[in-house]
Amino acid sequence: MSNLQGEDRVLLEVKDLRVSFFTHAGEVKAVDGISYTLRTNEVMGIVGESGSGKSVEAYAIMGLLQNPGKVIGGSVRFDGEDLLSYNQNQMADFRGSRAAMIFQNPMTCMNPVYTVGDQLMEALRSHRKDISRAEARKRAIEMLEQVGINNADKRVDQYPHEFSGGMRQRAMIAMALICNPELLIADEPTTALDVTIQEQILELMKTLKGRNNMSIIFITHNLGVVAEICDRVSVMYAGHIVEQGTVNDIFYNPQHPYTKGLLASMPRMDMIGHERLIPIEGTPVDLLDPPKGCSFGPRCKNCMKICLNNPPPAVTVGENGHSCACWLQVQEMLKQKEAEQHG
Amino acid sequence: MVFYTLKRIAAAFLTLVLIATITFFLMNAIPGSPFMTDKSTPEQIARANAKYGLDQPLAVQWWRYMTNYLRGDMGVSLKMQEGTDVTTILFHQGKFQLSIRVGLWALLVAVLLGIPLGCIAAYNRGRAIDSILRVLTTFGVAVPSFVFATLLLMIFAVELKWLPVLSNSLESPAAYVMPVLSLALYPSCYIAKLTRTSMLDAINQDYIRTARAKGLKTGKIIFKHALRNSLIPVITYLGPLSASIVTGGFVVETTFSIPGLGKYFISSILNRDYPVIMGTTVVLAALIVIMNLVVDIAYKIVDPRITLTSKED
Repeated sequence: MSNLQGEDRVLLEVKDLRVSFFTHAGEVKAVDGISYTLRTNEVMGIVGESGSGKSVEAYAIMGLLQNPGKVIGGSVRFDGEDLLSYNQNQMADFRGSRAAMIFQNPMTCMNPVYTVGDQLMEALRSHRKDISRAEARKRAIEMLEQVGINNADKRVDQYPHEFSGGMRQRAMIAMALICNPELLIADEPTTALDVTIQEQILELMKTLKGRNNMSIIFITHNLGVVAEICDRVSVMYAGHIVEQGTVNDIFYNPQHPYTKGLLASMPRMDMIGHERLIPIEGTPVDLLDPPKGCSFGPRCKNCMKICLNNPPPAVTVGENGHSCACWLQVQEMLKQKEAEQHG
Repeated sequence: MVFYTLKRIAAAFLTLVLIATITFFLMNAIPGSPFMTDKSTPEQIARANAKYGLDQPLAVQWWRYMTNYLRGDMGVSLKMQEGTDVTTILFHQGKFQLSIRVGLWALLVAVLLGIPLGCIAAYNRGRAIDSILRVLTTFGVAVPSFVFATLLLMIFAVELKWLPVLSNSLESPAAYVMPVLSLALYPSCYIAKLTRTSMLDAINQDYIRTARAKGLKTGKIIFKHALRNSLIPVITYLGPLSASIVTGGFVVETTFSIPGLGKYFISSILNRDYPVIMGTTVVLAALIVIMNLVVDIAYKIVDPRITLTSKED
């Protein structure tokens, strides 16, 4: 956890970010007021099930939201600058140079009609106009070597369909990192890959992170991946961050019933005999018509009256910024305070 | 690749033989004869038929056509320019060149207008400009070229007197304007529609999101990344189009009285000038076959994933 202290400064500060999709059926609040900070050299995992808003939140930061999606509130500050106030051109300059993004499906994420080298060089030259084609090509080959692609000087002239899935994801990473961004957002980068390739990609990302001094936001629904690569974790449910903390906090001291449920539903190496996985009952929230109170309330075993009518505030539950949005925690906190006053 | 090309050439040759054969029998099935006029007597017709070998059995005549074509001999005109070589009529009297010139200009206009309009419509999907373009392109696809040509003539030649009524042999640049526009109307609108559809498909692909994430500007994303991927349907259409636009300008050539090949082709059918009909058909068919071959090679250039090899290769 050495990354959390020291000389690292705040790189990204998201405050009360709200994103809605205005569909024919009504407003879908995909991200409903989330806040977190990311420091330099820090890897933040964002976990949650499909539709919890984890990708949408990342798209909002990168300015990649497409109609009918819109940021309707909150602020995103990158290195002190307000990203939401940037115009399209400024945002395009920001993307790729200071913050880059890689995506889930490497098979379709590269343009099939241009060579891998072309696409890498384009990423570099669109931000560094002074770099010549020859220099850019050299740098592209270097990057491909860095991400572990053999024969990079030949591979650079090949088309994406001549690469395997794992190699394409490596090439995507090379493309994302070619301008030395300070932030890399990885949107489920290993989900579409075989387990063995997943492992290689994670190792690669760890190595490159150390070498390039960058922060990573790692979006995934795979808790195993989180444990392996992240410093901090935000657990998202229905557009809210329900719990935030260090990897240790989340895995060994989970506070929110949803986090506990997620961990209980995961197979573990130390399971004995025919122990069954415990599913989270119920179905995900209909975001067109979310519950009035806590969005997890209807599925929660510990649901109380207050949960159904009032959304819970996030309260600090531990050190290193461990926080949790649950009425149980609020109750707990009040009890403690009472005890302190009396005792 | 070599095997593939040879195979394609053999197939093209067979296609041409087939087209020539079908044309031959169809043309002989039409009642009438090149020598039939109000005054001609049956004896005169019989004598002329004998002179040109038209009294022989069809199979014999067909065989003669085929073998002569192989030697590059397309026969002589029976009526329209009696005694003149068909090759001379087709290639050395400027008819073919005239049609090609108008056709190529129309093709150029169609591509340069159609593709950008399609891109603009796709990029502005659902907005006013998309709706306006949709109405205009539907109009362009639906209106027959002779109506549009007549409309142009009325406005620009008769009323405003900006452009010449008769284009004739296209001596001045102004003479090109209306024939080219009339010929280009349908294909440019059709290309715009095709481009819009395939562009919309391309815009929603993952690699476009990647391009945006890289920080590319909109113009580059649309015209570099999306366009090239959406060109395949357009190219498919361009092959047959470029042949038909060059040769199918009959209506336009008639309207603007341009003495091109299209006009001559129709006259040859009306006059039952058998060798001219055969010659024109085979040349036009060859053009279409060649254009299709060019299109297949163009696919490969646009999309590297396409390989030009047959299974045996």
